[in-house]
Amino acid sequence: MRILRLAGRRLAASIPTLALILIGVFLLLQFAPGDTVDAMMAQMGGGDAATAKQLREFYGLDLSIPAQLGNYLWRLIRLDLGFSSIYGKPVASVILERLPPTILLMTASLSFAFFFGIVFGVIAARGVNRWPDTLISILGLIFYATPSFWFGLMAIVVFSIYLQWLPAGGFENIGLVQSGIWRTLDIARHLVLPTLTLGLIFLAIYLRIMRASMLEVLNLDYVRTARAKGLDETRIVIRHVLRNALLPMVTLIGLQAGTMLGGSVVVESVFSLPGLGRLAYESVVQRDLNTLLGIVFVSALLVIIVNFAVDLVYARLDPRIAAEG
Amino acid sequence: MDFTRLAINRRTALMTSAAIAASVINPLRAFAQETPRKGGVFNVHYGAEQRQLNPSIQASTGVYIISGKIQENLVDLDADGKPVGVLAESWEASPDGKTVTFKLRKGVTWHDGKPFTSADVAFTAMNMWKKILNYGSTLQLFLTAVDTPDAHTAVFRYERPMPLNLLLRALPDLGYISARHVYESGEIRQNPANLAPVGTGPFKFVKYERGQYVMADRNPDYWRPNAPYLDRIVWRVITDRAAAAAQMEAGELHYSPFSGLTISDMARLSKDKRFVVSTKGNEGNARTNTLEFNFRRKELSDVRVRRAVAHAINVPFFIDNFLGDFAKLGTGPIPSTSTDFYPGANTPQYPYDKAKAAALLDEAGYKAGSGGTRFSLRLLPAPWGEDISLWSTFIQQSLSEVGITVEIVRNDGGGFLKQVYDEHAFDLATGWHQYRNDPAVSTTVWYRSGQPKGAPWTNQWGWQDPRVDQTIDDAATEVDPAKRKALYANFVKEVNTELPVWMPIEQIFVTVISAKARNHSNTPRWGSSSWHDLWLSA
Repeated sequence: MRILRLAGRRLAASIPTLALILIGVFLLLQFAPGDTVDAMMAQMGGGDAATAKQLREFYGLDLSIPAQLGNYLWRLIRLDLGFSSIYGKPVASVILERLPPTILLMTASLSFAFFFGIVFGVIAARGVNRWPDTLISILGLIFYATPSFWFGLMAIVVFSIYLQWLPAGGFENIGLVQSGIWRTLDIARHLVLPTLTLGLIFLAIYLRIMRASMLEVLNLDYVRTARAKGLDETRIVIRHVLRNALLPMVTLIGLQAGTMLGGSVVVESVFSLPGLGRLAYESVVQRDLNTLLGIVFVSALLVIIVNFAVDLVYARLDPRIAAEG
Repeated sequence: MDFTRLAINRRTALMTSAAIAASVINPLRAFAQETPRKGGVFNVHYGAEQRQLNPSIQASTGVYIISGKIQENLVDLDADGKPVGVLAESWEASPDGKTVTFKLRKGVTWHDGKPFTSADVAFTAMNMWKKILNYGSTLQLFLTAVDTPDAHTAVFRYERPMPLNLLLRALPDLGYISARHVYESGEIRQNPANLAPVGTGPFKFVKYERGQYVMADRNPDYWRPNAPYLDRIVWRVITDRAAAAAQMEAGELHYSPFSGLTISDMARLSKDKRFVVSTKGNEGNARTNTLEFNFRRKELSDVRVRRAVAHAINVPFFIDNFLGDFAKLGTGPIPSTSTDFYPGANTPQYPYDKAKAAALLDEAGYKAGSGGTRFSLRLLPAPWGEDISLWSTFIQQSLSEVGITVEIVRNDGGGFLKQVYDEHAFDLATGWHQYRNDPAVSTTVWYRSGQPKGAPWTNQWGWQDPRVDQTIDDAATEVDPAKRKALYANFVKEVNTELPVWMPIEQIFVTVISAKARNHSNTPRWGSSSWHDLWLSA
């Protein structure tokens, strides 16, 4: 019950933010020259003025900007995201189709980065300034400095072209109709390279944060007490240090869930995945306002949900936070 | 005139790599030895998804590459670039040019089993070509009715004479037929068949997963005997060009059409025996790079300044160093691939001559001020291809050498069209002019005055010349082919003299295709054609 109340309060607090974001994006896109009909003409390779006029009426672009914004917000209150001009169907269903690959990719790479970030961070902290630490830190720096599109392309060259182990792109094998576990395995195979590409940069950040946080906690008084009690080092790290060192990592996950949604435009393009990032890019280029605002709306919701979950995890890791909240 | 010979001559003369020349000839040789094999899945690179797939209401290669296999046109072009019947078997024009009669093919059925008749042709022409289809609405402006005396005869009636050779050269692109029974009720633009096309073609639409792929399977009831060979075609949506090249190499794609890869990847793959890289099969999709002048700028309204700008740019140097073998020096709005209308290079040309450029600018009264600068201009490049981006930087650097400072303003597609063709917020603009087999289809609109504001790729320069307007109008309704050709030669001479738009580079799209494909690139618009004879060797 307390959780529900907390959730309700959070949601209410984020509504003004959400409204501001949506109005901001709407106005920002008005500054971009051209509308969706211009973009469509560009795609068709030309057309006459009468056609353009018909199309503008068809898409409701003959109204004034405040009227368009008003219409949009009024529809949103009734939970109607509107009609997508590039897809010719309701925005909600367009987004729903694209959501699973994005969430799958995001969850997979976040988990990958989080898990290996912890492992490598702990190893580095325990061997601080010795060779494991140096090696891990250098690798981390390389991953962090590599642009993800380059990393993705190189992964394709190595694993798809030379070794031919993994598919070069796409979400699933379309030549075969598969179901059940085989389809799941096939999708997993297609997601290995994108997950690694997207996850490695975040891995670099996580392992550095984890290392720093471990080093800090290892020097605290209660760790010295634990050592004085005669506990062995592994037990100290797992029972006493890890839990406290995890707090900054959890904070970071909350922050990065949002970044991941945007950051996947590049990875989705390189691996031809039908995700939200590419949809957002396409709707900007095509000036499809409804779709773009719909994506902003859904992404904002996702970020709010993730941050709420993060707060709950906080309370579990550190009971003091829950007591104060 | 043979397009094949033209492409190969130029190629062998220029190519440093013998492998490419061999690969152009290779499929022909292979064809002579092998018997066609049935079966196989052909995977095609699909770079830019369109909003809909019906070629009767949208004329663009992004639609033809898919629906050209599913829906069919009245006529197409054969290997020599001559019109050949598809859904029409024969045609005839009345002497006054106001009536064109098409005899239609019998025994053709739509994919849903209903028969194809003249009613489909009449419906498509009056409701789609004349009202919705881009370029079609201009071409069919004077179409008053399509009579259907019987199920296999369609009589097109025009208010003004329609040159038969114009109609036949435009119809391969602007003559796709849609089924009346599918479209007759409801708003055409919102018909679900626009994303699930129903046609008479060799392949039947199966599925479209937005953002992923389109799939079509063999039509077992196709009217051509023993066709098609392929079991299935899959168009894969890949927006990243480098990723598409990687998928070609991984064997997941067979074909990347219309210069879909980067210039460097095309050059690299051309040295790989697994691929054929060539401009062959794209002669019907020629384009020229443009330099568009805004006459609202006082300096640019002086013809001496426009000529000086042209003289200041070393086009052959640019082509050799940046575009390589896939482009050549252009001579005006009608490219040399247009054998019926190309007037030759004997029209006013502007070879590189920096001293002459400077002299012309001095003469026009724009002497170099302090620091050598005469005046500055804003250049808007279109975002369609990397060649345009390179070309705009080259223009900037060339003009700075004669004292004209150029600021490059980059936009995306919608922004570019809005700023140039609607708001006229440019001094110089550069992009592509697409030539569609006859100058009246999409070329003369670049020069004819009176274009409505906001119509992309039309004369929005603030320039008007009554003589040019007259020539364009006369040629559009002239039914004698020889007189039409002469009128267009005259037109090129006039616009090359006045230079409201300069078109100094000619390009043909480049095809990258697996060496296993047979019977490919055998017509001038092969990428758009039906692929009924395409097959894959083992």
